[in-house]
Amino acid sequence: MTIWKFPLTCAAKAAKTLKTGQSRPKTTPVSNEDQMHSLKTLSAAVFLGLSALTLPAQAEITINIDSPVIEPMPFAVPDFIDEGGAGEYATNIARVVAADLAGTGLFVETPKDAYISRITSFDAPIAYPDWQAINTQALITGAVQAGGDRIVVKFRLYDVFTGAPLGDGLQFAGTPGTWRRMAHKVADAVYSRITGEGPYFDSRVVYVAESGPKNQRQKRLGVMDYDGANIQYLTDSSSIVLAPRFSPAGDRILYTSYASGFPSIYLMDVASLQTRNLGELPGTMTFAPRFSPDGSTVVFSLEQGGNTDIYAMDLGSGQMRQLTNAPSIETSPSYSPDGSQIVFESDRSGTQQVYIMSASGGEAVRISGGKGRYSTPVWSPRGDMIAFTKQNEGRFHIGVMLTDGTEERLLTASFLDEGPTWAPNGRVVMFTREGAGAGGQAGLMSVDISGRNLRQIPTEGPASDPAWSPLLQ
Amino acid sequence: MTLLPKALLLVAALGLAACNNPDRYGANGGNGGAGGNGGFVDTNGLGDPSNPKSIAYFNQSVGDRVLFPVDQSTLTPEARGILAGQASWLATNADYAIIIEGHADEQGTREYNLALGARRAAAVQDFLISQGVAPSRMRTISYGKERPIEVCSEEACYAKNRRAVTVLSMGTGA
Repeated sequence: MTIWKFPLTCAAKAAKTLKTGQSRPKTTPVSNEDQMHSLKTLSAAVFLGLSALTLPAQAEITINIDSPVIEPMPFAVPDFIDEGGAGEYATNIARVVAADLAGTGLFVETPKDAYISRITSFDAPIAYPDWQAINTQALITGAVQAGGDRIVVKFRLYDVFTGAPLGDGLQFAGTPGTWRRMAHKVADAVYSRITGEGPYFDSRVVYVAESGPKNQRQKRLGVMDYDGANIQYLTDSSSIVLAPRFSPAGDRILYTSYASGFPSIYLMDVASLQTRNLGELPGTMTFAPRFSPDGSTVVFSLEQGGNTDIYAMDLGSGQMRQLTNAPSIETSPSYSPDGSQIVFESDRSGTQQVYIMSASGGEAVRISGGKGRYSTPVWSPRGDMIAFTKQNEGRFHIGVMLTDGTEERLLTASFLDEGPTWAPNGRVVMFTREGAGAGGQAGLMSVDISGRNLRQIPTEGPASDPAWSPLLQ
Repeated sequence: MTLLPKALLLVAALGLAACNNPDRYGANGGNGGAGGNGGFVDTNGLGDPSNPKSIAYFNQSVGDRVLFPVDQSTLTPEARGILAGQASWLATNADYAIIIEGHADEQGTREYNLALGARRAAAVQDFLISQGVAPSRMRTISYGKERPIEVCSEEACYAKNRRAVTVLSMGTGA
């Protein structure tokens, strides 16, 4: 599934002379101070109107995702040009690009029937006034060439109001089966150039596909594109499976299964679907596994005699190390992106709260401090935040906070929301929402860490326990 | 902590080797919680509930389950009474091994509820050991909130789902 990428070197040269080139603030992690500042801005609702008026000084198209109010940016993505053998790809790729961008809530597509001019050739000059007249701000053009076992997709992004390309054109090449990935890569490039945030559309989600009534629910592992396309099932539903998680390279999955009759953690190779029981320790239950950032270690919970603690296992040697030692429940461990620390939940204080300790164990510092219970902490891939589940006064919430526990922000509220997982760029979380009562079914939702853009992820049936992959390579 | 050598644990597990896969909730399970009621039709192999040596008698007359308050794994006086009855039944019916299932209601996160279900199962196991049931006859398993028996989202249902169920199987020393 390799996709080759290289810049286009012709018409887009002019971009280099503009401030709007590639030197835009990119994916560098936001420092805590910056983050705190923007979070404060967000919570200060009274300044909403004011802040929305302070537009950036540059004339170029940008979206600051942390602005308290965002007017979605109009964009147009005409069908890509067929440069030979493209067939339906020319339309389909443009449609996936449009869906990715509109799906963020940061962009709004200008309808095709508003177009004044048509793109007839990938290298023809852009009639900017025609696009300005319909108030589109970003124009994406592209071309597709397909033949044999190969498909080539190229695109350019134009800033309609300055009348110039934004960044270099890019070209992607791969097998026809990767056409949606190439569309996601185009959308990722557009998203990153305009927002300054890291890309995330070219990613997968592993999850639990559910069927059957609540008291006899059948579960199996599924994996799909982040937008719900290309579903593939990895297990059958002969035994309960729970909470899968991707390896840092996306090639392996950890999960909990009752396949042996007792809950135990398993490692699956995604390509071969071969599995290995990592927790064959009779008399114990192992669960809540997660990879270390280098992929060499699994941190998980092990229960024995009713007491649950956190352990780490070296995948190479199988050697285990106990990281917590308390009579309370310690579970849901998640590494910091640099691998030096672990955030986890414990009820040692009497209720579930979130703690951070060194990756080698030792003393833990509690970071959650608000009312209610805090659980399922997950460290952001940018390192700056912890996403969590919160239960308070009979409601469930998905929330985020800084790693010192400050600046807590609840993003959702419902009968049952749980188990956030981060998009590769640390801007969006996906989670499980389940309805009440006999008919209550689980589904996957996503929400921006600003609390905006709550969306349902389409799945074939009920679904739970999503885990986002890293950005695909 | 050092885990027991695998060989030793395997021996321990063999005591239960005659049991089927304990996951009676698997795709072919369907026996979602024993202890049915109504007239006697032995469609599930549990025996005649009027026969004190039958599984049906254990499930219905001795009581195969104990309930827990919200987020608790401490045994109530009522639960202790039921478990004392289980222990004496097991003393006179020595051919049975047991699996103790721990369950939680849906008002909690998945992983915490697995740990909570394990705590409940262990509380039952500890009590049965204190009543003289041999540890080698018992295993525990937690289902967390995966297998409620009641599906409404009200306390009336939650109260029945916060349970530990003692499931009999023929097995010890057979």
